[in-house]
Parts: sequence; structure tokens; C-alpha cells
Amino acid sequence: MPIEFLIFLTVFTPALVGGLNLIFNKKPNVRDIVTLLGAMITFYFSANIFLGFDGQATQYKLATIMPGIDISFHIEPLGIIFAFLASGLWILTHIYAIGYMRGAKEKNHSRFFFFFSMSIASVMGISFSGNLFTLFLFYEILTLITFPLVSHKGSTEALRGARVYLSILLGTSIGLQLLGIIWIYFSVGTLDFVKGGILNGSFGSLELIILVGLFAFGIGKAALFPFHRWLPAAMVAPTPVSALLHAVAVVKAGVFTVLKVGVYTFGVESLSVSGATDWLTWLACFSILFASLIAMTKDNLKARLAYSTISQLAYVVLAFSLANSLGVLGGALQIVTHAFGKITLFMCAGSIYVATKKTNISDMQGLGRVMPITFLSFLIGAISIIGLPPMGGSWAKWFLILSSLEADKQFVVLVLLVSSLLNIAYLLPLVAKGFYLDPKEETEIIIFKEPSALVWLPPAITASISFLLFFYVGYIRDFMLNFGLVS
Amino acid sequence: MASEIKQGTLELVNHLPILQVITPMLIAPLLVVLNNKTLSWLLSFLGTLACLFISILLIQGVSDGSILTYYLGGWVPPIGIEYRIDAANAILLFLISIISVIVLIFSYSSLHAEIPEEKHTLFYSCFLLCLTGLLGVVATADIFNVFVFLEISSLSTYVLVAQGAYLDRRALSASFNYLIMGTIGATFFVIGIGYIYMATGSLNMMDIAERASQLGDNRTIQAGFAFIVVGMGLKLAMVPLHIWLPNAYTFAPTVVTCFLAATATKVALYVLIRFVFSVFNYEDNFVNELFFLLLMPLAVIAMIAASVIAIFKQNLKKLLAYSSLAQIGYMLLGLSLMSQKGLASSLVHMVNHGFTKAALFMSLGAFMLNTKNVYIKSLRGLGKSMPFTSAAFVIGGLSLIGVPGTAGFISKWLLLEATLETGYWLVAILIIASSLFAVIYIWKIIEVLYFSECSESYSEVSVLTLIPIWILALFCVFLGINTSLTVDVANMATEILFK
Repeated sequence: MPIEFLIFLTVFTPALVGGLNLIFNKKPNVRDIVTLLGAMITFYFSANIFLGFDGQATQYKLATIMPGIDISFHIEPLGIIFAFLASGLWILTHIYAIGYMRGAKEKNHSRFFFFFSMSIASVMGISFSGNLFTLFLFYEILTLITFPLVSHKGSTEALRGARVYLSILLGTSIGLQLLGIIWIYFSVGTLDFVKGGILNGSFGSLELIILVGLFAFGIGKAALFPFHRWLPAAMVAPTPVSALLHAVAVVKAGVFTVLKVGVYTFGVESLSVSGATDWLTWLACFSILFASLIAMTKDNLKARLAYSTISQLAYVVLAFSLANSLGVLGGALQIVTHAFGKITLFMCAGSIYVATKKTNISDMQGLGRVMPITFLSFLIGAISIIGLPPMGGSWAKWFLILSSLEADKQFVVLVLLVSSLLNIAYLLPLVAKGFYLDPKEETEIIIFKEPSALVWLPPAITASISFLLFFYVGYIRDFMLNFGLVS
Repeated sequence: MASEIKQGTLELVNHLPILQVITPMLIAPLLVVLNNKTLSWLLSFLGTLACLFISILLIQGVSDGSILTYYLGGWVPPIGIEYRIDAANAILLFLISIISVIVLIFSYSSLHAEIPEEKHTLFYSCFLLCLTGLLGVVATADIFNVFVFLEISSLSTYVLVAQGAYLDRRALSASFNYLIMGTIGATFFVIGIGYIYMATGSLNMMDIAERASQLGDNRTIQAGFAFIVVGMGLKLAMVPLHIWLPNAYTFAPTVVTCFLAATATKVALYVLIRFVFSVFNYEDNFVNELFFLLLMPLAVIAMIAASVIAIFKQNLKKLLAYSSLAQIGYMLLGLSLMSQKGLASSLVHMVNHGFTKAALFMSLGAFMLNTKNVYIKSLRGLGKSMPFTSAAFVIGGLSLIGVPGTAGFISKWLLLEATLETGYWLVAILIIASSLFAVIYIWKIIEVLYFSECSESYSEVSVLTLIPIWILALFCVFLGINTSLTVDVANMATEILFK
């Protein structure tokens, strides 16, 4: 199949599935199976793109809005990996979501799954977009589509969280990112993604620093300090949303955009020569440590994971700011490995909630004894996030450390090490408490057991993949090297 | 490459410019004579449909950059009255005609809720006169003729606004307010025309332009220009001459509000543009200074202040009216940049905002058919009971904010590009700030629609009411994806105006 059809199909299939969700409103079983099939088909298409990619980054124009501004798609290693990742995890999350939504007795399933599928469609659009305009288009659609998911419960608290979510994401993108895009268009005359960047010295050094700022802050989904507040606020959403969207799709769309803009708009070489991102390195380091410290103070498990995500996302921004090919490699690996690690943690948090209705870590003492699979998965995910072997996450840290040495910024190494220690300090106590401490009331714990397989199996699978990634990370690295994302 | 029309031939195609204006004018008295409710709707609908058809033919005629002229009664200008259609007014003729068609579809199923049935004939007759006036203002190239048509449209507008009195007596005072302000504006305008006539002895735009250029720096003409700017400023609701607008929009019947919001202020702005570029010399220092020192700050103030006020309004019609003031600010800003890109953005935004605001007001009108008022709290939970109307409202709202993929994004993009081109960074940032305010006031409504518990259950409005709403909503999306109708024509128009 020609590659432009495949691109179109990966974007279109989830959207079609979304529509079918509404049609099969009254038949939940049919609806959920159709969605599962759709997710698999989407995965099949994106896998085909992954396998069929020959390194040719051609632009496929869909429509011309104004002269010079097109909706166009192209494929390149970074986008392929992201699409592959998101569509693969969609299958698992969907299985999990079926179990969760029924187990936790959430309402309005059809609306939920409709917006869920639509958000996947926009993620696919983001990963294959061929210019800044198309990227921005899908980026905004993703923000709007996910709003109903965050506010799904409809309670005052959910609405307040969703309002923070929307206002920060729309505010930064319209207020800063759009300005940056128009500025580039006005100065360069094109918005296409071209390897090596399109700026070609059109910006002076100070202007370049401002432009980097417009994108680093304007891509609010990357949750860089001080625009990180939406992420904890969005945790009012049902757990599958937190799992897929706020561990994979939305936040990764943010850092993916950062990397993509870095490689294909700014150009890694010219960034590193100009030194326009030096300040961003400091800010990213601050964001990493700051969010980790906040995470330690949170007793609510999802809130703790949210702050952990903020910290981990800043790694990718850090990778962008280091501006060398090792950094890009580390950033891309961080996107992949963190996705598997964090989705595991979120799904485990959801399993615990479904089984016990507990959300606070201090109440989870001794739960590991009755929910061993969930807690083991959590442990594996946590180790991957921390970056210890033998989990995939260690490689991302490895390349980031190499990259910071190459960029001659030794202090970054220190920050990365301290951050890993902090990660240990806030992620592992839960596991320790779950397995080793006695429950507060002995009688209480016996009534709990693992929830249905639909709920505990997906995190177990993602945890296993985290483990496997440690051994097979070479494939991803080779993929990016062979197709010239990094040299 | 002005293609002169052979005067005196009877071929229909040569008479399109006058047919555009005269069709509704001839139907209007006919309605009163026939005095039948259904028949008057049908005739008005057919009349506006004919107008739409003509305007499409006209756009096709001028899309290659040519200019169509028509001499009224065969009298050659500057003695006779000339109608002159180029890309700039063809696009507006199209906007006015299509909005009037859509509004009439809407009125068929909704008018009876706002106006007693025995008044319908007169209403439609008035509506057609208003339409005639607006079309005439846009089509003519004779400045006194502009005034005449402007008054035709204004007088009928006062009547139309007052029709809201059957629901809310405050419509009367709103209409009276509008009458006073509008008349002051018209007076200023006609005084300005007087000055120009005094200095040049001509009323034909092209002729004046030629004669004025020979006069050089002329105080009389400058005074005339100043009067015209103020007069039109009143008509187009430029801050601080805007006080008539919020109440007029709020208390007028929905049909009227839709029509006015989408067309009336834009026509006044068009007159201003036409005067600046076709009558006066846009390179003139006086004109430039006036725009830079007066209009640009006022436009920016409108953009920011009106948006902030809109956030705090509970009556949604009033909220949208204030948002209109802010949007007029965008258009004025584009014009006051005095660059090709700025003017193009202004023209594009006229069309885009016309559709967007009409969609919003019309879906509000549909809500109102059920809830009987438009206070924000009465819309609670309507997203569930009136899904189609609410969805259309959301699309309109997104277009107003300027989300990519909608018409509003295109205008915002062009305007930002134009401001960056002229180097006004601060203004660009303020434009963005203003669109962020739009996010706030639109989202406030969307939240109430979708995420509040519904107190009473309503049923969705009839299909006939939904059709016009969705035509407008789809236009909001269509114009955000296909810009050949707006951007290309606007670029053509600016080239003609900036020649």
C-alpha cells in the first residue's frame, strides 16, 4: 500500500472508530469490541509504516489553506516511533479502560470512548504532520478533544481541574506558540519540517533565544515549569485517561513537538552553535528537581505520579536544550521508555482504586500481599522510571548523560543522578509499604483481591515490555541512526 | 483592465449591478400590497435568493481583477450615478446576500415566537428595505448615493430593532438610542460629503479622487474626511462611539440581530475603506496620521476592553454584542495598519466574522425558542437536550476564538502577520491577549451547556431551524480550510484599492 494511504488510514481509523462508538451507543459489548478491533487495525497500519519506511521523507499535501500554508503530512523516524508507540498502547489501554470503566462504575461510556478515539486520531495527526501549521492544528484539536475526558465526572472538582487544564494549554499555545509560528512564517516564508532546520540564520542571537522561549513555553503540553500546573489538575480524569493521555498521548505529544521542532525547524546544529538553548538547560534541570521534590510531598498516588511525569518530561526538554544528536536520541528513548514505565504506574494506581477505592499512599500498607501482580508491575515500572538496569529507562538516562558530557555541561550529569535518587525516594516506598508493612487494620485487607484480568493484565504487559526494552533498545537506536534522524 | 459595459444594451447580464440592488427594493412595497404572511416570506426568500445568485455572478465577473461599471439611466458620470463593482465590494455583496438568505430560512420557523403574526408582512418589507440599503451602499460609486442608501438601511434598521418590543419593552429605548446616535452619524457623514463637494464640485468617487489630487493639501477636504471618519465611526460602532450597539443587538429580535451583526457594521467599515482608498489618497500624510494616531489606539482599546467586558456579561446576547465590538476592533486595526496585508486581513475578517457571529447569534436564538431568555443560567445542560444547536454554537465559538481549522483562525493569522510586517510587536501581543479573553467568555458558555445539570428538559428545535444554523456553522469550518473565496478575493481587492 502506498505510504500516503497508510498515513491517512492511521489518522482516519481512530476517528472512524470514534464515530462508531456513538452509533453503537446502546450496545456496550459491540461498541467495545469494535473499538478494540479499530485499535488493532490502527496499530497494524502504523506498524506497516514502521516496517515500510525507507528513509524517504516526502511531503504529502492534503489541502492548501492559503498559499504557503498547507495541511501536509510526512514521515520521519521520530514520528513513526511516536505513532507506533501511541497506537500500540491504545490497544492495551482500551482493554484496561473497559475493565476500569465498568469496574469503577463510571457513567457515559460512549461519550468517553468517542473522545478517547478522537484524541488518538489527533495524536496520529501530530506524529505525521509535515509542517508546523499541521502540527499546530492537531495539537489544538487534541487539547479540545481531551477536555471532555478530563471533566468526565462532571463534578465541580472535575470541572475546576479541566478548566485549569484548558486555560493553560490553550493559553500557552495561542499566546506563545502561535506567535512563534507566525514569526517563523513571516521571517522564513515556510513552515515545512526539513531536516537541519529552516531558519538558516534568519534570526539574530537574541531573537533566537526569544523564539526558543516561545516554543519551550508555548508547547504547554510539555509541562515545563512554570506551565506545569495543568498536569496535576488533569488528574481528576478517570485513570485510563491519565494513563494513556497523561502518560503517553498528550504529554508525549508535547515533548514530541519540542523534539520535532528542535530537529526539523530549528535544526540541532544551528541550535548548538548559537547557544540559544543554554538557559533552557538550566530551567529544565530546575523543573526536573523541583517537580521531584513536590512529588515527595504528595500522598495522593495519582498526584505523585503527575509530578513525577512533569519531572520526566523535563528530561526531554533537557534533551532538546542540549542540542546534539546524542541528546535527540536520549530524548526519543525517554519518550518511549517513560511511556511504558509511566503507563504501568498509572494503570496500577487505577487497579488499586478499582479494587479498594483507595487513592492515598498512606492507606495502601499491606495491599501488596493481596494484589501481588499489581504491585510487582508497579515495582518494575518504577525501576524503569528511575533508570536502573535491567529496565528500558536506564538507556534514556545513559544517552542523556553522554549527551550532556558532549555538550560540555557536566552539572547536568549531577542533576540527573540526584533526580534518580529522588525518584527512588518517592516511587519505591509505595512498593515497600505494600509488601512489608502490616495493614493498619488486619481485617480490612482480606476483603480485597486483584480486580478482573482486564484491569491487572495490561499493566503487567507494559511492565514486561519495559523489561524487554532494556535488551532491544538497540533496534530503536539503529532505526533512528539508519534513517538519519541523528548522526 | 476595467471592462466597460456597453451602455444601453438590454442584455440582462450587463444590468447585474443594478439588479442586485433593485430586486429587494421592488419586492418590498409589493409585500405590503399583497399583505399575506406566507406569501411575503416566500417572495422575500425568492428575492434574496435572486440577490445571492446575482452576487455570485458578480464575483465571477470580477474574480479576474476586472471592474464592472453601470451608469444609472445611461447618464455618464460625473453627471450620472455610477455603480462600480470590483473584488472589494463583490465579496461584501455576497456576504450580505447569503446572510440574508440564511436569516430568512431561520425566520420562517422562528419569527412567530418574537413578533405577532399580523406584523410579519411589514417586518419582511422592512427587512428587504434594509437589505436594499446595505447592498446599495456597497454597490454605488457615488458618494451622495452612499448617504441615501445608508439612510434607507438605517431607518429600516431602527424599525427592525424596535420590533423586539413585543418580547421586551426595552427594545424601544434601544431603538431610540440607536436612532439618535445613527442620525448624528449620518449628519456627520453628510456634512463630510458637503465639504468634499464644496472643494471638488463632484460626487463621483473616481472623479473626486482625480480632482482632489490636483488640489494638493486642501483643508476643506481634510475636514470632510475627518467628518466622514467620525460619521462612519458611529455607524460601525468604533469605540468610544459604540454605545448604541450592545442594547440594539440585545433587544432586537434574533433574526434582526443575526442580520445586523453579520452585515451592518461591516458595510459601514467598507464605506470607510472605500473612502480612504478610492476617494482620498491613502498615501496622504493626514490620512495616515489620523489612522495611526486615532484609529489604531481606538481599535486596540476596543479589542481589549470590549473582550474584558464581555467576560462579565450574563445576558448572552449582550456578551456576543460586546464580542462584536472587539471583533470590529480587529477589522479596524487591520485597516489602520495601512498596508496591503492589513487591509486584506480586514476584508477577510469581515466575511469570516460575519458567518461566525451569525452562527452564534442564531444558535442563541434557537436556545431562546425553548428557554425564552438568554441568560447564561437558563442554558444549563442544554448540550444534552439540544445537541445539534449546541454543537453548532461550539463550532461558532471555536471560530470566534480562532482555533486552527476554523474561519477565525485565518483572519487572526493574517492580522498577526500584517502587524508583524509593520513591526508593531506590542499590538500583536495584544491581539493574542484579546483572543485569550475570547476563550474565557466562550468557554464559560460551553461549560454551562455541557457540564451543568439540566433543570428542565427541552426538545431539540425543528429541522427547519437547524438547517440555517448548520449552514453557518459549516461555513465557519469551510472558510477555515478553503480560503479561495475569502483570501484570494481579498488579495485581489487590495491590489485594486492600492493601485
